[in-house]
Amino acid sequence: MSPSVPLQEMIRAIRSARTQCEERGVIQRECAAIRAQFRQTDNGGRSHNLAKLLYVHMLGYPAHFGQMECVRMIASPRYSEKRVGYLGAMMLLDEKQDASLLITNSIKNDLSHSNQYVQSLALCTLACMGSAEMCRDLAPEIDRLLRSSNSYIKKKAALCAVHIVRKVHELGELFVPSARSLLSEKNHGVLHGAVVLITELCERSPETLERFRKAVPDLVQIMKGLVISGYSPDHDVAGVSDPFLQVRILRLLRILGRNNEAASDAMNDLLAQVATNTDSTKTVGNAVLYETVLSVLDIKSESGLRVLAVNILGRFLLNNDRNIRYIAMTSLQKIVSTDHNAVQRHRGTIVDCLKDQDASVKRRALELSLALVSASNIRSMMKELLIFLSSCPPELRAHAASGIFNAAERYAPSKRWHIDTILHVLTTAGGDVRDETVPNLIQLITNTSELHCYTVHKLYRALLTDISQQPLVQVACWCIGEYGDLLLKGECQETEAVQVTEDDVLDALEIVLQSHMSTPTTRGFALTATMKLSTRITDNVDRIRSIVSIYGSCIDVELQQRAVEYNALFKKYDHMRAAVLERMPVIQKNSLGQTNGELSEEPIKESQPGKVKQEEMALPQQPAGQVCDLLDLLGGSQEPLQPSSSVGGSASAQLTAAPASAGGDLLDLLGGFEPTPLVPAPTVTVYEKNGVTLTLICERQSESGLTVTLTASNSTDSDISSFTLQAAVPKSVQLQMRAPSRDSLPAHGGAKLTQLVVLNNPNKVNLKMRIRVSYTCQGSVVQDTVQVDSFPGL
Amino acid sequence: MTDLDPISIQATRASMRFLLLFSRQGRLRLQKWYTAISEREKKKIIREMTTMVLARQPRTCNFIQWKDMKIVYKRYASLYFCLGVEHEENELLALEIIHRYVELLDKYFGNVCELDIIFNFEKAYFILDEFLMGGEIQETSKQIVNRAIESSDMLQEDDHSEWYEVELFG
Repeated sequence: MSPSVPLQEMIRAIRSARTQCEERGVIQRECAAIRAQFRQTDNGGRSHNLAKLLYVHMLGYPAHFGQMECVRMIASPRYSEKRVGYLGAMMLLDEKQDASLLITNSIKNDLSHSNQYVQSLALCTLACMGSAEMCRDLAPEIDRLLRSSNSYIKKKAALCAVHIVRKVHELGELFVPSARSLLSEKNHGVLHGAVVLITELCERSPETLERFRKAVPDLVQIMKGLVISGYSPDHDVAGVSDPFLQVRILRLLRILGRNNEAASDAMNDLLAQVATNTDSTKTVGNAVLYETVLSVLDIKSESGLRVLAVNILGRFLLNNDRNIRYIAMTSLQKIVSTDHNAVQRHRGTIVDCLKDQDASVKRRALELSLALVSASNIRSMMKELLIFLSSCPPELRAHAASGIFNAAERYAPSKRWHIDTILHVLTTAGGDVRDETVPNLIQLITNTSELHCYTVHKLYRALLTDISQQPLVQVACWCIGEYGDLLLKGECQETEAVQVTEDDVLDALEIVLQSHMSTPTTRGFALTATMKLSTRITDNVDRIRSIVSIYGSCIDVELQQRAVEYNALFKKYDHMRAAVLERMPVIQKNSLGQTNGELSEEPIKESQPGKVKQEEMALPQQPAGQVCDLLDLLGGSQEPLQPSSSVGGSASAQLTAAPASAGGDLLDLLGGFEPTPLVPAPTVTVYEKNGVTLTLICERQSESGLTVTLTASNSTDSDISSFTLQAAVPKSVQLQMRAPSRDSLPAHGGAKLTQLVVLNNPNKVNLKMRIRVSYTCQGSVVQDTVQVDSFPGL
Repeated sequence: MTDLDPISIQATRASMRFLLLFSRQGRLRLQKWYTAISEREKKKIIREMTTMVLARQPRTCNFIQWKDMKIVYKRYASLYFCLGVEHEENELLALEIIHRYVELLDKYFGNVCELDIIFNFEKAYFILDEFLMGGEIQETSKQIVNRAIESSDMLQEDDHSEWYEVELFG
């Protein structure tokens, strides 16, 4: 075929332009010439001109003035002009343009053209950009072509029909009979088109799906023919006979076999055959195997077949090709909950993939490994995970750390192991752990009274080595403050004894206080710990007194406040100091679960007044009045007890834990401060549609302030992306939305999305909220609005 | 599919959404779209694809999870072939599709190189349109695709002959 000289000359001219500016100049000149040519009546070079314009369009320049020329060219009797005209139409026009309507007539005519290549152009263009109207108009014609004797035309008509059904769902019915008969075709192209068409029809309509289930035996026969029969040079790809067709049939079988025992039975043997006979040394064979595995796992296959499928995935994990390792991981992830035992068998390989070079394989391996942790393998798995943590890429550290914590919490074989594991994580990846780790760990430690001595020794040693990991330092300071007496005693059952003097301990805490690496929160921990030690040591109380008074003029307001209060404890309330700073009671597990991440220090502070109530049971009434003052003191300027009521679950938990007697009076004392009720705030489902659920928890924070926590989850089979929430409230209410925890919702409830909304309702109007949900699922954007009129918990 | 009512049946889509060919410098050599989106959207996707794919490290896998679709890409000499497929699609097969298209180009041009595709871009489209259609595979046999292209080319040659004109109205 002779190349278009004018086109190639122009391309050469454009390419030889040395600057962007020069190129623009060339193109402007060319476009002007093309425009002029378009206006002239028929000349021999029309197709060349349009081709030039299409090239210019591909470079990114505007070419809309060529649209009418496309329409004219399509109507031309010359094949060369039609060809370029249709190409131009597909590139420059889409169904939204008005000009596309003008070609409907040409397409209609060309569909009945005597020359199959002209028909082919029309079919191709219709399948590419046919609007719903054009589809309705031309559907009967397409159905006629489906019955033609020409396979070349039939295969194209089939894909055209697919496009029509996608555009105009109701027309599916029209094509069912033809689609069915096409299955007896021998021509692979037609067969492939038929399978695509049937797949589309079945996905659209459950009734059609039922009808086509009867075709399963035929499909099985066709597959058998492809898999077993000899070499077919026309369709062979590296030893696999027509892999494209095989994959398509496998996918259709999957749809037909889903949720249907009979259909799944009918295809069982075939799937086993494909799984065993397909050559897996080349990518193309693996593509077919992959599709087979997906089908086996999706239908109601018998367990032997499922194991076979999972084993194939296991083999994939050992493949040199990282693409194959990646898809194996993805597939295993999807079935780890349903076929847990089968996947467990490949745990070793999966864990090895933690060391893979490819970052996405690593990520998948991490998720899978975490999903495979169980009570029986926790020790060995944790070893591997901890090794991984020390060398894993930074973007995975937070996820790995939190996964390890969850696993440790669920399956810890012993408390000591649990504490050791957490400490290990804090030393390796302390900077990447979530905020609630610190209170959670502290709560765990207080619950493990037999290990207090061991824990404080270990933490002290860790503190001496490295004070850069903030969560570790915070926990260490807290423990030293609490259990400093055990540290100083020197002896410890679980670990070798080390002589620690009071000065050593105070030195360590002071280093933390003064280090530039310590955050203000950490400093707060250190200062409180230092203060607590004043009742646990004997010789150096003066040193503590001086530290505390120095910080009384610290520039950090939080530290300053603490120091001032502790100073006051030393001066005015010295008789109470011992009681105030005594050993803390065990923190209730549930209460900390309600904690907000950021308020990690609050439970420490707030539990002190709580503690006071417990220990002061025996005190006469008079100190109660002073306790009240003390509460005022600690409740202080900026921090009324209310905001921490979401955290103060811990305080109130201790309130109820206190025996009824004298504690009862003090309970009343705190009654006025509206502690959080122990019953967790009720969760209301405000939206449930298409598998997306949105729940709401409302908690009052103060007289006019409240927070609403929105939680979204996705129970469908597809992942949801770009999930956003918007909220509107009545005029006088102030609203502030915090950043959501994520913006996507994995399928099957893989993860939930939470978003906090902070409201202030000073005029106490009747609170209503309108929430707009917006997300993308399977390519479509979904938007919905729901109105909430009542808020339980208010 | 912006004309769809937002909360309605989710439309099924074609397996493939687009095929892009671009050079190592990010110059576009071919663009085929199987979805109806605006020019602006297309330009945005092209920009994002080229940036994303060209930034990929050498020893990573050929699949990228992007928005609600998968991107399968492969480099052949100086050209990147980038296929945007639906979320459920078989990525390994997508690589085979790309490979098949390269083979077809190679057969047609004889040891195809980037310049062939630049100077004969319309042929690259014609070949593609015999292999894929409406976002699905149209023909699985290499020989049939080649023969179809050859015949169409011959038809184009005969354009000016009387014989063709007669056939048109016959």
